[in-house]
Amino acid sequence: MASYTFHRKNRPLALYAGAFAVFIYLPIMFIPLFSFNSGWYVKFPLESFTFHWYVDLFQREQLMRALWNSIKVALFVSFFSTLIAIPAALAVARYRMPGKSAAIGFIMLPLVLPGIIMGTSILGLMNWFNVTLSLVTVTIGQMVICLPYAIAVLLPRFIGVGRALEEASADLGEPPLRTFFRVTLPIALPGVLACLLMTFTISFEEYFMAFFLGGTEITLPIYIWTQLRFPDDFPSLLALATLIITFSFILVFASLRLARIGESLTQEGAR
Amino acid sequence: MISLRNVNKAFGRVQAVRDVSLEIAKGEFFSLLGASGSGKTTLLRMIAGFESVTSGKILIDGQEIQDSPPHLRPINMVFQNYAIFPHLNVRDNIAYGLQRLGTPKAEQARMVDAMLEMIALPGYGDRRATQLSGGQMQRVALARALILKPKVLLLDEPLGALDKQLREQMQLELRSLQRQLGITFILVTHDQEEALTLSDRVAVMENGAVIQVDTPAGLYDHPTNRAVAAFVGSMNFFDATVHGQGDAYRAEIAGLGPQRLNGQAGARQDGARVLVAIRPESLTLSPTAPEAPQPSVQGRITARQYMGGRQMLHVAVEGRAAPVAVSIVAQRGDDPWDGSEGRPVWLTWGPGAISLLDAE
Repeated sequence: MASYTFHRKNRPLALYAGAFAVFIYLPIMFIPLFSFNSGWYVKFPLESFTFHWYVDLFQREQLMRALWNSIKVALFVSFFSTLIAIPAALAVARYRMPGKSAAIGFIMLPLVLPGIIMGTSILGLMNWFNVTLSLVTVTIGQMVICLPYAIAVLLPRFIGVGRALEEASADLGEPPLRTFFRVTLPIALPGVLACLLMTFTISFEEYFMAFFLGGTEITLPIYIWTQLRFPDDFPSLLALATLIITFSFILVFASLRLARIGESLTQEGAR
Repeated sequence: MISLRNVNKAFGRVQAVRDVSLEIAKGEFFSLLGASGSGKTTLLRMIAGFESVTSGKILIDGQEIQDSPPHLRPINMVFQNYAIFPHLNVRDNIAYGLQRLGTPKAEQARMVDAMLEMIALPGYGDRRATQLSGGQMQRVALARALILKPKVLLLDEPLGALDKQLREQMQLELRSLQRQLGITFILVTHDQEEALTLSDRVAVMENGAVIQVDTPAGLYDHPTNRAVAAFVGSMNFFDATVHGQGDAYRAEIAGLGPQRLNGQAGARQDGARVLVAIRPESLTLSPTAPEAPQPSVQGRITARQYMGGRQMLHVAVEGRAAPVAVSIVAQRGDDPWDGSEGRPVWLTWGPGAISLLDAE
């Protein structure tokens, strides 16, 4: 990735960037701050420092169950949406086909559709087929949400592998499937891992599908939403949110890092 | 050994390769020479199997291969940008094709070491392939293909990305390697010098068609059309008209005057318009009128290009708009042509200097 050097200091632009960061992150910064505050209410001045709210989390059985549900769903969603996205991204990257750009646009469309619309329409579909709502239906719904992201992450990596390397493999005697496993997949692997992390994060935080398609089972975001009604639980929710934010940041940074490694590898390959 | 029979390739409406038929012998170093867009790379990719043929046949040792996929053809290729696998080290790159053949590990290691020796990179096996220089990658790409002992090795502008010195060195190495191994090489290049230096025979391509196939000397001395003559080396072209018949053929050449032809006119008719081609180095210059009976014409030097070992003098002659280019060996020290611009001069040429081409 290119790094941009400004030869002159651009003070207004630096200030703007600073304001931008504050605007985005200030609200989020309050969450960890108050999660360590012993008071019940989110207000200044802060009272004393405490881990109480964090300890409290682990004594909530319902929360533990929601967490475990979220993890299960996210694992399945990330695995299957990546698995499905790989051939799709490869096809888009490699083959000349009629209406290709229209097809890409169509694949990417769910990115901009409101979650509530996707949720209700999939719920309608499930009812139509008389499917009992469960974590399975949540998984299916979230895969619909995740697939466009997965393809968006994978596509540049597969394009980056370059046709020449696959041709070289074929030329050296390997049939297409073995070429995929010996050349294409290893080179695109950082992109695949980035895709797994990205889709895991999206699933873990997804609300609408979990709300509409979950039936009696709840995931972590649903749990948080239901608990918001109880003011006594609010500090514990802040503690929970802090943990989730930390975890998500780590995953997203890891996936960006992997994407960058993948980029350098494929650039070398394309040389 | 390898035969192309009426091979055509169309991409939609674009005819990329037109009716190419070639016979390439076993152990021959054969080049496809042409400008970009001439169809040479498409033709090579059809031999490798990366492009299907629209019509025609490709045979190796009498077997039709045009419909088999690339991984089943007894052909290997050195790619334009090497296509070295970036996730593998040098050793695994070279051994890549052996895995499929089920060669035992110990044997693989021995073969790879022999290859590293051959390409003068011993001890490089464990390096990351992406840490190599362009020339080294080039050699690894070569070793990776040759380790499979192909019947035919295809080379797609393999030296294009290298700088001039390295390119010349690699040309010599390629040539001696090919001699040593006796494998048929088919090289695609747009560099006429490279084609002439390396090849046993060269096919010159233009607009998807092969316009002449000959040895380097044959192409240089007897180009059969203007495109070949202009593409290989530099050339002076003169409009001319053929007069007479049989032994009495002569040509009226614009700017050079009448010239006797010794059987070069073929079966051309009296009054036929032709093109006369003369290499700049086939002309000689003298400051005084030469003695008869050598053909000569008087002109005036208009410009001089110094090019190190040689220099090019441009001589304006009557009856011709563009000056005639004459290449002479540069003299060390006292240069008789120094400051010769504007001086009168006599152009002379021998009977073998003239090539007759069809006028367009």
